[in-house]
Parts: sequence; structure tokens; C-alpha cells
Amino acid sequence: MGTHNHHTHNFTQQYEFSGKAKTWSLVAILIGVVALAYGFLLDPSEHHTERTFANLLLMGYYFTCVCAAGAFFVALQLVTQSGWSAGLIRIPQAFANVLPVASIILIIICAAGLFSHNLYHHWYHEGIAEVGHANYDPIIAKKVAYLNAPFFLIRLVIFLAIYSAFALMLTKYSNNEDTVGGLGNYKKSFKTSAIFLVIFGFTTPIWSFDTIMSLEAHWFSTMFGWYNFAAMWVSGLCAITITIILLKKAGYLSWVNHNHLHDLGKFIFAFSIFWTYVWFAQFLLIWYANMPEETVYFFKRWEPEYKPWFWLNIVINFLAPVLILMTRDSKRRTNTLLVVCIVLLCGHWLDYYLMIMPGTVESHRDFGITEIGTAIGFAGLFSFLMLSQLAKKPLVAKNHPFLEESLHHSV
Amino acid sequence: MSNVKYILGHFEDPDEMMHGIDKLQENNIGIYDVYTPMPIHGIEDKLGYKRSRLPIAAFCFGITGTVLGFSMIYYMLVYDWPMNIGGKPAFAMPDFIPIMFELTILFAAYGMMFTFFYANHFFPGRAPRVMDLRATDDRFVIAIDAKTNPYPDKIENLLKDAGAVEVMHNERKYVSYE
Repeated sequence: MGTHNHHTHNFTQQYEFSGKAKTWSLVAILIGVVALAYGFLLDPSEHHTERTFANLLLMGYYFTCVCAAGAFFVALQLVTQSGWSAGLIRIPQAFANVLPVASIILIIICAAGLFSHNLYHHWYHEGIAEVGHANYDPIIAKKVAYLNAPFFLIRLVIFLAIYSAFALMLTKYSNNEDTVGGLGNYKKSFKTSAIFLVIFGFTTPIWSFDTIMSLEAHWFSTMFGWYNFAAMWVSGLCAITITIILLKKAGYLSWVNHNHLHDLGKFIFAFSIFWTYVWFAQFLLIWYANMPEETVYFFKRWEPEYKPWFWLNIVINFLAPVLILMTRDSKRRTNTLLVVCIVLLCGHWLDYYLMIMPGTVESHRDFGITEIGTAIGFAGLFSFLMLSQLAKKPLVAKNHPFLEESLHHSV
Repeated sequence: MSNVKYILGHFEDPDEMMHGIDKLQENNIGIYDVYTPMPIHGIEDKLGYKRSRLPIAAFCFGITGTVLGFSMIYYMLVYDWPMNIGGKPAFAMPDFIPIMFELTILFAAYGMMFTFFYANHFFPGRAPRVMDLRATDDRFVIAIDAKTNPYPDKIENLLKDAGAVEVMHNERKYVSYE
């Protein structure tokens, strides 16, 4: 509208990564390293190596998922030609820029866990497909064509390389847009995003089947991919929202206001319900059909050592966002939104914990230095890498064709 | 005293209409209502409208659906005619959830629709009443109550200055589609 065109935002503003944010990120990384050293070397319990690997897989996967969600967010906004997000697109772009590093870490964790027999030993074992061998497993023997170490690693590397390449391409176009201007880069990124989303949509379920579901290779669920996608998207949105709120509190992003946060809040609210929907669809079918090869998954999670967490998972990831974020006001109140996002990030850690632990450490489940330390370490690593990326370019894509729409966004 | 009940300012451009609203408000002329063929961002704030209470109605209808769905299925499957389905207990809560979920949505959606129709006087057999037909087509219309603002010339000048293409002095509140 003609009368609203004068704004006083500083569009050359650049994030400066220093001070407390940097110190605390590095401290968190240090805590993570110490916790891993403890988990591998000092922990007196019998299953400490396996437990540490399970935690590494959990956080490595979570970390990669959040970065991939950043790339997905960017691509989604481009494909839908969304205007509201133009002013805040640099934050998910910073997430996407970290994806290559996150992918390498995840691949190293998976490969190390695989070859040291700490992860995936359910299907990766000597003689597992040899009739008559002590390790022979007739069910796995039929899956060996798919579940074998080389093909597993090739899939992982190819998928993550493709995601990373697209993530970097999308941010590159946006940078070019800053310097060149015009619509050329926007059009190119529109096409790139469309291709990326198709590939991403078809391969993320397989990615989650491989990295997480194959920990218990006898069991399978076709819902598992979507279930993981929902978890990825919700946790990615929460991480984006937290970053924006904290940047605003630090005095950046004056052009992002409660209208944009309201939209992010709606996204988080809706996709928390979607997560529950998929979670419940998987549960209901397995519970109702009551076939032993399927119920084994929930049977394990219903044992006394997991049952309280099983319930807590639903309370945190479904009831909390639904009840707290239902009203319009709570989505627009920065601190409420911040608390919900932090709760949800913890909740999805628990969700991944319940996906991974019963298939790895089983009844030797524990919650201690290794779990907390690894989580803090990866959170620090993420914030360090992401904020370093964010600091490299201005906080607004000043030539984004929909920037003006984003500045006047109101809901 | 004239018989004019409402003064309508017709605008062809939404920006000019928003400007007209500013002008009237600066001169302390109360605006009865504004009619536009499309939604305009920020107009509710400008006119000081309160937020719609439709979401509250939706919530109440939704909860009604949940409770009704639960009661229905409980009566059928637990109280009135318990059946052995796959060896499950008669009161099998996970089975109830999809039905409760669907009825919540059904009640919320239809409840909102009927509430909206009721609030806007839409029902079969009733011709919709509008203050000006062109507000549903290509004109942005500001309506001013002429009885509470008895200075038609001043209002007309203000509207014209703001860019109104036409100012009407209507003796009837509504025109009807009939």
C-alpha cells in the first residue's frame, strides 16, 4: 500500500559472530567432546561403546535433519513463491549451508558404527546370510540384497551429497541475487527447488529407513519415513524460530515482527499435529492388526524401562504444542513461542531416543553424562557452524523479489 | 431535516479508499462500515474492529464433536452391544480416536459455517441485503451514518478530495438483490 512504503530498516545489517554466542558454542562443543571421551573410555558400564555410538547416531542424525529441514524450508518457500518469508530466508539458508558438514559427520558416524559392529549389527554380521552358519538369520538373508554395507553407505553418501549440493546451489543463487539483482537467479532457484523437493520427498523416507529403521532390521513400517520427515520438519522449524527470536533479542532482524513469528508458530502447531497423526497412524495399524513381527517394535517400547518415556513423548510433542499454541496470542508472544520451541526440540530428541535406543542398547538404556553431553555438544556444534555461516552475508536478501511483501506481512 | 440515512463514498482504488478513511477519521467523522470486493490488509486495525469470535465458536463446536463422538462409540461398542473384534477389549481407546477426530472436524467445520451464515443473515429464501451492489464488483465503498454525522456537504467534500469517484446520499439503508 502506497502509504506504507517508508521503512527505516538497515538492510546492510550483518550478523557478528562473537562474544557470548561464540564462547558458549565453543564451551558446548568442549562439553560434547568430554562426554564422548567419557562414553568411549571412562564409562565403567559394559555397553558403554554401543551406548556412545547410539548417542552419536541420534545427535548426528538430528543435526543433519535440522540442516536438511533448513534446505527444505528454503526450497518450499521458493516453489510456493511465498512472500512472507523473504525477510527471514537467510536463517534457513544458513542451516542449509551447514548441511554438507553435518552430512559428513553423519556418514562418518554411520560407517564407524557399522564397521565396529556397534550399530546395525542386527543385519551386518559375518555369515548372517550363510545357511548353517552360527549367525545365520533367515529373515535378514532375504534382505541382504538391500541391506549390505557397501550399498548402505553408497545410498547414504549419494542422498546426502544430493541434498548438500542442492542446499549450496540454492544459497548460491540467493547470494548472486544480492550482487546482480533482477529475476534471473530467482527463476533459476525456483526450478532448482522444484527438482530438489521431488528428490527429497522420495529419498528422505529411504534415508530414515536406512539410518534408523534398519537398527531393528526384522521390523519394518512404511509409515516410518513420513514419521521421520514430520519429526525433521517440526524440529527444523523450531530451530529456525529459536534462531530468529534470539537474533531479534540481540537487536537484529528489525524487519521480522510478530506476524512472521505467528506464521512460524502456525507451522509448528500444524506440523506437531501432523507428527502425531503419522505417529498414531503407525501405532494404530500395528496395534489393531496385532501381528507379532510388527508389534515387536512397540512391545520393546512398552517395557518398564521405556514406557514412561513412551508416554512423555506424546505429551511433549503433541499435547504441549497443541494446548499452548492453539490461541492466536500465544503464537504472537515471543517468549511463549520460544519456550514451546525449546520444549519441542527436547521432545524430538526424546522421539529419536525412543526410535534408536530400544534397537541398540535395548534394556541397558540409561540417561546420563553421555546422553546430555552429546546433545549439548552437537547443539554447540550446530550453533557454531550455523552462526559462522550466518555471519558471512547480510541478514536480508535485499534483492529478493518478494521482500517488500514480507516487510508488510500481516496476519 | 433531510431523509438521507447513509452517505456512501465510492472509490475505484483501495489506496485512495484507505486515504479516505484517514481523512474522515482526522475530522472525527464516524464510519458506519466499509465494503470492498476483496480483502484489504490492515483495514480491520484502521477501523478499530475487534477480532472475530469465530475461532471460539469453532473450538466449542469441535469439543462438542469430540465428546459426542466418544459418547456415541462408547454407547455402541461398550454399553449397548459389546463385540469381540480381533480379541480386543470392548473399550479399546485407540479405535475411538479416529472417530472422535473426524467428528471434531465435522462439527467444527459445519459449526463454523452455520455460525458464519447466522451472523451474516444468510439462509435459504432470504435475499442478501447490501448497501451498494457495486461493492461486490469493482467499487470500494465507505458508508457513513448521515443521522449521527449531520453535515453531508463536508463529508462529500472530504470523500471527493480523497479520490471518491461518486458520493451517494441514500434514503434507504439497503438495496436488495431482489
